[in-house]
Amino acid sequence: MPTAFADIDFSKPLPSATGDRQIQFREALREAMSEEMRKDDRVFLMGEEVAYYNGAYKVSQGMLEEFGPQRIIDSPISENGFAGLAVGAAMYGLRPIIEFMSWSFSLVAADQLLNNVPKMLYMSGGQWGCPIVFRGNNGAGGQLGSTHSWTVESMYATVPGLKIAIPSNPYDAKGLLKTAIVDNDPVFFLESERMLSDKGHVPEEEYYIPFGKAALRRGDWSGERDSDITLVSFGRPVNFCIDAADELEKDGIVCDVLDMRTVRPLDIDSIIQSIKRTNKIVVVDQCWPFASIASEVVTQVCEKAFDYLDHQPVRVNTDDVPTPYAKNLEMEYLPHKGKIMAAVKSVVRR
Amino acid sequence: MNPSAPAAAQSSVPPTLPQHPEGSIYHITSSKVHMPGTNGAAKPGAKPAGGARASDSVPNATMIKWLRDMILIREFENRCAQAYQQAKIGGFCHLYLGQEALAVGTINSINHDDPIVTAYRDHGHALARGMSPRACMAEMFGKLAGCAKGKGGSMHMFDKPNWNFGGHGIVGAQTPLGAGLAFAAKYELEVMKRSVDGSPAKKKVSLAYLGDGALNQGALHEAMNLAGLWGLPVIFVVENNRYSMGTAIERGTTMAHDLPAKGRAYGMESMTIDGQDIRNLYDHFKPLVDRCREAQRPAFVDLLTYRYQGHSMSDPQKYRVKDEVEMFKSRDSIALLEQHLLTERKCISEADVDAIVAECRALSEDSVNFAESAPMPGLEELYSDVYQNIQPNLSPTREYVHGAKNELL
Ligand SMILES: Cc1ncc(C[n+]2csc(CCOP(=O)(O)OP(=O)(O)O)c2C)c(N)n1
Ligand SMILES: [Mg+2]
Repeated sequence: MPTAFADIDFSKPLPSATGDRQIQFREALREAMSEEMRKDDRVFLMGEEVAYYNGAYKVSQGMLEEFGPQRIIDSPISENGFAGLAVGAAMYGLRPIIEFMSWSFSLVAADQLLNNVPKMLYMSGGQWGCPIVFRGNNGAGGQLGSTHSWTVESMYATVPGLKIAIPSNPYDAKGLLKTAIVDNDPVFFLESERMLSDKGHVPEEEYYIPFGKAALRRGDWSGERDSDITLVSFGRPVNFCIDAADELEKDGIVCDVLDMRTVRPLDIDSIIQSIKRTNKIVVVDQCWPFASIASEVVTQVCEKAFDYLDHQPVRVNTDDVPTPYAKNLEMEYLPHKGKIMAAVKSVVRR
Repeated sequence: MNPSAPAAAQSSVPPTLPQHPEGSIYHITSSKVHMPGTNGAAKPGAKPAGGARASDSVPNATMIKWLRDMILIREFENRCAQAYQQAKIGGFCHLYLGQEALAVGTINSINHDDPIVTAYRDHGHALARGMSPRACMAEMFGKLAGCAKGKGGSMHMFDKPNWNFGGHGIVGAQTPLGAGLAFAAKYELEVMKRSVDGSPAKKKVSLAYLGDGALNQGALHEAMNLAGLWGLPVIFVVENNRYSMGTAIERGTTMAHDLPAKGRAYGMESMTIDGQDIRNLYDHFKPLVDRCREAQRPAFVDLLTYRYQGHSMSDPQKYRVKDEVEMFKSRDSIALLEQHLLTERKCISEADVDAIVAECRALSEDSVNFAESAPMPGLEELYSDVYQNIQPNLSPTREYVHGAKNELL
């Protein structure tokens, strides 16, 4: 029996995120897809090299064996074609999961993704939605150069009708992807090739992480001690923030690190709750700064929590240039720990 | 090999390929093999006029140069593989081993100022076009002396002086560019009546290389329609090495046994050519280039080749059996040309070949040493080449390093 979105009790506490079932990020993704596919035969996985090759990054390893070639489907290199096919199939009543080998390649399917996917429900006056999960690698860091290093979240997030999830660890990867698959709206699910081998505890049981609920990764809201600053991030840079926060703590600077988990919906309430304690915010975003998610967070903070701020909001983005290939340039380009620490120190000024 | 046999039937490929143990879905089945001269499924291409072979009139010295260029690519790529394994090259690195005849043969069929554009498996074309091995290797090492200052990497071998409009990483994206290069050349000729640099305009042909996997991208089909519609002198050169990553061509592409049908659908002359034998390649490709140049119209070529290595350096290659690789290696393009020059033309000796190999090995080694000791790009290079006309306020963060720019701070 498929799990229906409406039947999920999101108020139920999530299973513990600590434990010794250490599995890789890619295995957590696979577990989420496989669990949902076992319950719901409308769900299928399509993409380049997902079946016989076991996935270019081995996310779908073994799934062909379990589900067969009619549900784990190798596609030619035709992103525009298979993204559009997914729209048709979803309108008809199936629930496609489409893997982009990289979100960078989603750009050749931009019309489907920006026009048809998000707007179908609206254009058809509510008759047809697009319950599709598009997922794949997102972000720079592997010296793949300018065309292959896209972070698409800021570009796609501007379109109403989409939901965008961007997990930072294996536990969230499973729980968020399961929610994405059962959600009736289209979800863009952004993974990072750099993190696919990261390990973490992932409960064997089924669980659904609600969209639009940030997780506090560092800092303590019990009232013991107020943090000095709010660090907001999502996806891979959350881990940079955690590293920076741990190092800053040695200097006596305590950070709230908020992992947004989804950027649309955006949990602005948690951000404001933290700012009320810290009065300072640094947003860390792996997109370019101009019109980025960070820009949106800062705008909303100014609109909704201006009076709580002791310092103007600060953004740490990737540098405002195309992604370079050379290793030293790419390292500098990313919103790395050093930049985050410098930004925090410039705001906290100790 | 019998030099009097029809050119396209030069192939000595056995009619059946080794079978993959896990079945045909992984693999080209024997009935679908379409090397020219084996099962007759492919169009062998236009017969050279009067039965004369274009390659017969190629001087010995030129053909020896072809051999040398092919050997250089092979030696260079072997060095790349090494450097990649030592983590000196980052990102993706796609080797040209096995396909050498293709770049060398096609590039020697055009003029130096005919533009070309390639996909990401681009080291071979870059070298065949005249890029120095040092610049090519330094690019992959991410060094300032690289052809793109270390900003591009393996997939982006751009070389303006050699009319190489670059390697391109997005599958198929380069094919409309190839049409655009042809459009511009024809525009010079017909509208400007001079070239963009002021010199007299010439009849040119552009080459747009693509992998067999790119046959399934919409961009190619739009580009081919434009080329057919507007009579653009571009040749779409399919480097058909039978696989796109782990997908054998039949599993991803319709009409794999007759790819020229796709070109014909857009109204252009189309043919399949055995690209492993460089003389055969030249026999068919050179006259085609001449026709396209003269008549200013497009063409589509299915060039049969094979890659010896995995798709990129990180491919376990479970989708094909070793015997298949060995079978293609037994008909190696370098060995074929070497044999011809040694035994048929008798214009070189074994010692000459050894000397060529030694020279190319030394050049390749030198390129690695050079790349290794060359300086990395300075951080200022991160911000250069974004705009040509820099103005204030183009970017919110260009002017400073971290944190917000605030004059009150
Ligand atoms: C639009 C797009 N989709 C997917 C990829 C990932 N990718 C890179 S190469 C490749 C296979 C291409 O095969 P082919 O065109 O046959 O060229 P070959 O590698 O054999 O030279 C794929 C799927 C990409 N670079 N661009
Ligand atoms: Mg190929």
